[in-house]
Order: sequence, then structure tokens, then C-alpha cells
Amino acid sequence: MVPISWYLTLSAVLFAIGAVGVVIRRNVIVILMAIEIMLNAVNLTFIALARQLGSVDGQVVVFFVMAVAAAEAAVGLAIIVAFFRNRESVNVDDLASLRW
Amino acid sequence: MIPTFPAIAWPALLPILMVSGLGLLLLGAGLYTDDEETLGWGALAGLIVAGIVTLVLVGGESVRTFNGTFALDGYALFFDWLFIAAGALIVLMSMGYLGETDIEVGEYYALLMFALVGMMVMAAATDLIVIFLGLEIMSISVYILVGSWRTQPRANEAALKYFLLGAFSTGFLLYGIALIWGATGSFRLDEIAARLPLADESTLLLAGIAMLIIAFGFKVAAVPFHMWTPDVYEGAPTTVTALMAVAVKSAAFAAFIRIFLWGLAPVHADWWVVLWVLAAATMTMGNLLALAQRSVKRMLAYSSVAHAGYVLVAVTSGSADGGAAALFYLLVYMFMTVGAFGVVAAIGRAGEPLENIEDYAGLATRSPLLGATMAIFMLSLMGMPPLAGFAGKFYVFSVAVQQDFIVLAVVGVLNSVVSAAYYIRLLVAMYMTPEPAEAPALGRRPYLIASIVIAAGFTVLIGVLPALGLQVARLSFLSMQ
Repeated sequence: MVPISWYLTLSAVLFAIGAVGVVIRRNVIVILMAIEIMLNAVNLTFIALARQLGSVDGQVVVFFVMAVAAAEAAVGLAIIVAFFRNRESVNVDDLASLRW
Repeated sequence: MIPTFPAIAWPALLPILMVSGLGLLLLGAGLYTDDEETLGWGALAGLIVAGIVTLVLVGGESVRTFNGTFALDGYALFFDWLFIAAGALIVLMSMGYLGETDIEVGEYYALLMFALVGMMVMAAATDLIVIFLGLEIMSISVYILVGSWRTQPRANEAALKYFLLGAFSTGFLLYGIALIWGATGSFRLDEIAARLPLADESTLLLAGIAMLIIAFGFKVAAVPFHMWTPDVYEGAPTTVTALMAVAVKSAAFAAFIRIFLWGLAPVHADWWVVLWVLAAATMTMGNLLALAQRSVKRMLAYSSVAHAGYVLVAVTSGSADGGAAALFYLLVYMFMTVGAFGVVAAIGRAGEPLENIEDYAGLATRSPLLGATMAIFMLSLMGMPPLAGFAGKFYVFSVAVQQDFIVLAVVGVLNSVVSAAYYIRLLVAMYMTPEPAEAPALGRRPYLIASIVIAAGFTVLIGVLPALGLQVARLSFLSMQ
């Protein structure tokens, strides 16, 4: 059987990939994808720990996380559309009219 | 076996249910009218009723409901009242402000109510997952509110920045919750507190605490997680900026204090050093960067960063007195900051925000009332007796000294001195600089003025009667356990 530490390491690596992606990528859509990787890394942690602790709570939480992530993505994409209408760009380097 | 549905304490949920219902009503009413005054009066009336109901519930027994994940105790009611009062002041401000923007009025008020509901859920939650849900109800509403002035590029940009960093910090919050759950086996704060400290050092627990500190650092705008604050506060419509600066920050602190001074209190030794450094860095950087600003709105944004640092000083101490001082500070901070942003909104014009310090030249002669109230807010933010800000800082620093965080208290007091420089610069502009020859006329905005005067009144009142306010904050904090 695969030990729990492997799952936790995998999810930590995925979380780090997502976090680095948010910081270094310039395209807003790609940043949104990186955030989704972070949230799914957390979901993996919840599932692995739920198995470890023998508790169903962690699996229930994953549904909450998925619902919230969907709501966030909907609002985020709407904000990106509004931004694109004014600037014709989805690059974070164009977020420059306010000093960063 | 059929599981039984747990009993729910409906009466104690009234404030949250009323504000939710109010939000839905306003959303429906927004289909039929676009008049910011009609809808604003409706929102205001609803909030006043909810505020009265909240006051009636005070003194009742603490109730735990939804299987112990939700507490309606003095702590939750204190914050409910704070959010409702801030919401009512902001609705009043919006009635004089929305007409000059092209924000959809019905959606605006409805989202404002939903954001308040999220905050109230955060303050009442005693379970990490419910805190997460409350935070998201609040955050998603506020992302939309920041971008609600869709045709203004500045607001689009602020909304996008706030959304990206908000969603990023959500990832950290959830990861922290997952790790703490892995270490302790429970989401409920009372069970977590009972199981801590763990028998052996747990990396999972420490990593989880670190993640939670990062996530809440973003939400309360603590240095080094404050980068978004000045941009988002500057770009958002001024009424929404006021909401973010007071209500969103207080809600984040409500959850933060409940988690750290209750659930994680048994491991205070593990986390106080991190908060110590955060508090010192937040106060220092916030004040130094505020010195360099020409825009008053941006200056107030950095000042709100610095004030988060003062509250963190109280949280770092980890004692019940620290919790009480933090609650009191948040109450005081709410009135003076809402008022200060109200004045910024009152001076702006449609299309040209007039936010730079030169636009405040001679304000005291152009409008003695605005000049005088802004002076009260600035002196109070600076910590001048007998205004409320002085009492707030006094309690925070005396708690730090009592708990032997003397260096931190000294850093805080020195910071108050530094902060005087930029608050006084605004006073000099208002009172000692002649008004420019072609100063744009100030419009008549009775609602805005009303909310500013009410905020100024409370700032003076709490300053004169600080012991009463502190007593309320202390009882609220102690009712938490």
C-alpha cells in the first residue's frame, strides 16, 4: 500500500507548483489555472488525510471546496471579461495604471 | 438507523437571517427601481431593525447550534453589531455617492448585504470549515463590489488584483485547515483546543498554523502580504473601500482572533514569535509607506495597514486582555476610518476623484464641517486624547506591556509618532493652506454628511467614555469559550 506521506508530499509539490505559477505567469487565465492547481492539491490532502484518519469529514469538505472554487472561477472570469473590454489585454503586466 | 436532524436555535440566528432576507429583497427591488435613495432607505431600515434585534439578543444565553459549528455568543453579537453599524453607515454614504457612478444600484446594495452576511458567519463560526465558507461568501461579494463600476478602468484593475490575490490566499487558508485537521483530527475549535498541545511535535500542525497566518495576513493586509492593499483601496469605489478597510478587515480579525486565542491558544508558544514580527513589520512599513503618499485615499490605505499592525500587537499577547483590547480597537477603528473615507467620497466628483492632498487645500474654509470632522478623524487615527483612537492605542500598548512584550509596545508607540507626520500634513493642508482660486464647488450631499457626522460623534463619544466600550469588548471576548 502506498504510505500517506507520499500523498502528502505529492500534494505539497502540487501546491508549490500552483503557488509558483501564480507568481511567475503573466497571463491572467493561466494564473487562474494555477490557483485551481493549488485548490486541487488541497483536495488531495483532504482525501488522503480522510483515509488516514478514517473520517468522512475530509471527503465532505472537498465538495465544499469544489463548489466555492466554481463560484470563484465564475466571478473571476467575469472580472477578467470586464477588464478585457476596457484594456484589450489579459496580461498582468497591463495592471499598471495603479502603482503595483 | 435514520440519523436525526440536529435541533437548530432559530431565534439566535435572526440577525444573519434578517440581513440575508434583506439582501434578497433588495435584489428583487432592484429590478423595479434604480433610485439609490429609495433602495438605500430600504437597506438602511432593514439594517436598523437587524441592529436592534442584535442588541435585544445581547445578554441572552450563549447558544451553540448546527452541531456545535456555530456559536451565537457575545463575541458573535459584538461583531454582528459592528458589521451592521458599518454597513448602515456605508449605505448612508452610498446614497450620496452612487448617483455619480454608473454602478447598478440594486445589485450593489444586495451584494453589500451578502458581504455582511459572510462577515457575520465568520464571526459566529466555531469550526474551520464554516469560517472558510463565511470568508468566501464575504470575499466573492466584495470582489464583485470592487469591480461594480464596470466602465471605470481603475475599478476593473482593482477588482482583478483583489480577486487574484484573494483566491491565492484562499488556497493557503484551505491548506492550513487541511494540515491542522490532519494533526488534530477535528475542524471544531473547541475540540482542537482540547487536543492541543499534541503529545509530540507535529510538523503538520506547525505548517498548518503558518499557512493560516499567511492566509489571514492577506485578508487583514499585514506586511509582507499587504501589496494589494493600496492599489485595490485606491481603485475601488470609495464606499466599497470603506467597506473593505473596516468591515472586511474586522471580519478577518474576528475569525483570526477566535482561531488563535481559542482553538490554538494552548500552543501560543509556537506562534507568538511569527505574529510579533508581523505586527512590528506591519506597523513600521505601513506608516513609513504612508508618509510617501500624495493621494489621500492611498495614504489612508497604508494607514489601515498600520492599524492592522496595532491590532496584531494585541493578538500577539495571547491573553484575554489582549483579545478585549483588539475588539475595542476594531470598534474604534471602524468609526474613524468609515468617517475618513466618507470625507474622501464627499470631496470627489464624478469623473475626477480629487484625491490628492492639494485638493484638500483650504477645505476648512470651503466647508468648515468637512474640515472639522476630517480633523477629528485624523487626530483620532493619530491617537490624540480625548478621541477614541487614543483609548484604543492606550489599551493595546498597556496589554503588550503587561504581558512583557515591552519592545513591541515601544515599536508601536514610536510608530504612532511617525504616523503623526502624515496625519498632520493633511491638517496643515486643510487649515493652513489657502484654497486654490478655482477650487471646484463642493456639492450638497446630505446623506454623506450625515454618515460622516454620525461617525465623528461616535469617535468622540467612545473617546470620552472608553471604559464602557472596553467593558463591552471584554465581556464579548470572555463569552467566547
